[in-house]
Amino acid sequence: MDRYNQGIRIEGLKKRYGTGDTAVDALKGVDMQVAPGEVIGLIGPSGSGKSTLLKCLGAIIDPSAGRMTLGEQIIYEDAWKIPDLCALRRDKIGFVFQAPYLIPFLDVTDNVALLPMLAGRSNRESRQRAMALLEALDVAHRAKAMPSQLSGGEQQRVAIARALVNRPPIILADEPTAPLDSERALTVIHLLEEMAAQFSTAIIVVTHDEKIIPTFKRIYSIRDGRTHEEQIKTHP
Amino acid sequence: MISLAGRDILHSWGKFVFTGIGLGLLIGVTLTMAGVYRGMVDDAKALLDNSGADLWVVQQDTLGPYAEPSSLYDDSYRGILTLNGVEQAANITYLTMQVRPAKDQRTAKDVRAMVVGTPPGRSGEPGQPKHLIAGRHITRNHYEAVADLASGFDLGDRIVIRRNEYRVVGLTRRMVSSGGDPMIFIPLQDAQEAQFLKDNDAILRQRARTAENPTLNRPGVLDAVIASQSVNPFVNAVLVRIKPGHDPERVAESIRRWKRLTVYTRIQMEDILIAKLIATSSRQIGMFLVILAIVSAAIVAFIIYTLTMGKIREIAVLKLIGTKNRTISGMILQQAIGLGLIGFVVGKVSATLWAPIFPKYVLLEFGDAARGFVAVIVICVLASILAIRAALKVDPAEAISG
Ligand SMILES: Nc1ncnc2c1ncn2[C@@H]1O[C@H](COP(=O)(O)OP(=O)(O)O)[C@@H](O)[C@H]1O
Ligand SMILES: [Mg+2]
Repeated sequence: MDRYNQGIRIEGLKKRYGTGDTAVDALKGVDMQVAPGEVIGLIGPSGSGKSTLLKCLGAIIDPSAGRMTLGEQIIYEDAWKIPDLCALRRDKIGFVFQAPYLIPFLDVTDNVALLPMLAGRSNRESRQRAMALLEALDVAHRAKAMPSQLSGGEQQRVAIARALVNRPPIILADEPTAPLDSERALTVIHLLEEMAAQFSTAIIVVTHDEKIIPTFKRIYSIRDGRTHEEQIKTHP
Repeated sequence: MISLAGRDILHSWGKFVFTGIGLGLLIGVTLTMAGVYRGMVDDAKALLDNSGADLWVVQQDTLGPYAEPSSLYDDSYRGILTLNGVEQAANITYLTMQVRPAKDQRTAKDVRAMVVGTPPGRSGEPGQPKHLIAGRHITRNHYEAVADLASGFDLGDRIVIRRNEYRVVGLTRRMVSSGGDPMIFIPLQDAQEAQFLKDNDAILRQRARTAENPTLNRPGVLDAVIASQSVNPFVNAVLVRIKPGHDPERVAESIRRWKRLTVYTRIQMEDILIAKLIATSSRQIGMFLVILAIVSAAIVAFIIYTLTMGKIREIAVLKLIGTKNRTISGMILQQAIGLGLIGFVVGKVSATLWAPIFPKYVLLEFGDAARGFVAVIVICVLASILAIRAALKVDPAEAISG
């Protein structure tokens, strides 16, 4: 399994919220690996630890124990973590949320171009990159529109463009299809798959959504803070 | 990099402009208050400048003639004139009162005015009205007046001061008392009478009382006493112009020593007017400035805080996608400063527009505007601290649904 060395890998990841009597062990040892270009599903009942896992993967909260690597780079190893998590989020991780959460005061292009700008690229280059992605996602004609003028599906596509624009090796999607009807939901998943293939991105999609579960080639199911890998049977 | 603050302001410009205007009117009031104080100081200086005097000779141990009542004999000036270094010396009286137009005049409005009594004289002599813009100086000993434009009277108007009617023969501009009331010059003798004048009944009663006093009841004495009671030999001050090349303080000292009167130089007089006469008013204005500054700060803080709280989600998203705390603080700070800039411009413009409508002189000084600008920016920066603290506390995890 050579290609997994290039992707994201976690081993024995644990997360405890709080201390003493009130402590909650949200993750009790999670193992997971996702290769570049792969789209996997993350499912589980409410309270099982999906969001906690996603936040650890996204370098938003620190795990209590365990190891996480991105290619060769170690992100967490037990108590140690890399110093600039903010820059890591900016350069290495793309986020897609349940709602698009576009910045309402920036137009579509700048919503996407903001990330390369934050990473220090010129406005021109950032906007060119943004435009290229907007074209790939078929929303280039709304480039000058404000987010409030877009339909839900268009907004979600812009959000995906934003997640992709810095070419991050990982994209984390938290129930990205929840507000969409099944046709649009499937379109979004197909888009993610296409992007994953095109940019060699590892994409992790947290979902409850019955209609999209069959589209994943690989699914991690999480229950009570532990992962079980499940190969989907209905899919070749 | 694009300016997040600028984009946000452009996007919700209505909110910013309206708050900016509200804040601006407040800043306008603040600048005007400062202007009112400057106007008072300027009125006081104009009063001293226009009096044409180098020294003010007043009753012993008084702060006269503007800040305290003062009276000295109207022949004191003769002795002063003989002293070394004195070029000119002139009697003067001041009396602040309501002056009304004569009954048949075009206007019936009376005005609060400072009636100044001066002997007939020429421009440039101490106590004389300076810079006539129309008409001539007072040339007769009775019933002529020179009025300031601000009184509303015109050449040829007849006005009533006490029981006498005066004809306006000249007009001046910006001749005002330290309180900002327009001056009306009348001949010294009339002014002395006006200060002293009693009604007829009072005069009759006084005569009767004098006549009843047995010690005065001798041939010739009673008439002399009554005659002396019905004139006013006092003036409020003697204005002195000193000869070129003489030190005002030296001349003042010799008047103090030889005439046993209190003498103030220009510098001392300015100090009396500014540090004593308008001290309470300026503290009053200072209080206003402090309260207005606090209110403005509270408004900016509240607005910026509310605007920031309305953007918590966006801030969480910005943090999540890797925006540094510094960038987010900068965005809030720039918005606060932007609000301050809008407010300052609106404030300065409105203060400039409404200053001339004020009844008293409002002097908007560049220095005050510059200080106001710095204060506004400092207030905005301080006011944004609350919002910045709230924004820094936002957890990027809030962008991810539980
Ligand atoms: N900030 C927190 N503090 C304490 N406990 C938490 C916190 N976030 C989540 N938990 C707990 O951790 C467990 C996993 O939660 P979560 O990761 O949100 O699960 P899911 O997203 O699968 O519903 C739950 O028992 C939840 O109550
Ligand atoms: Mg959850």
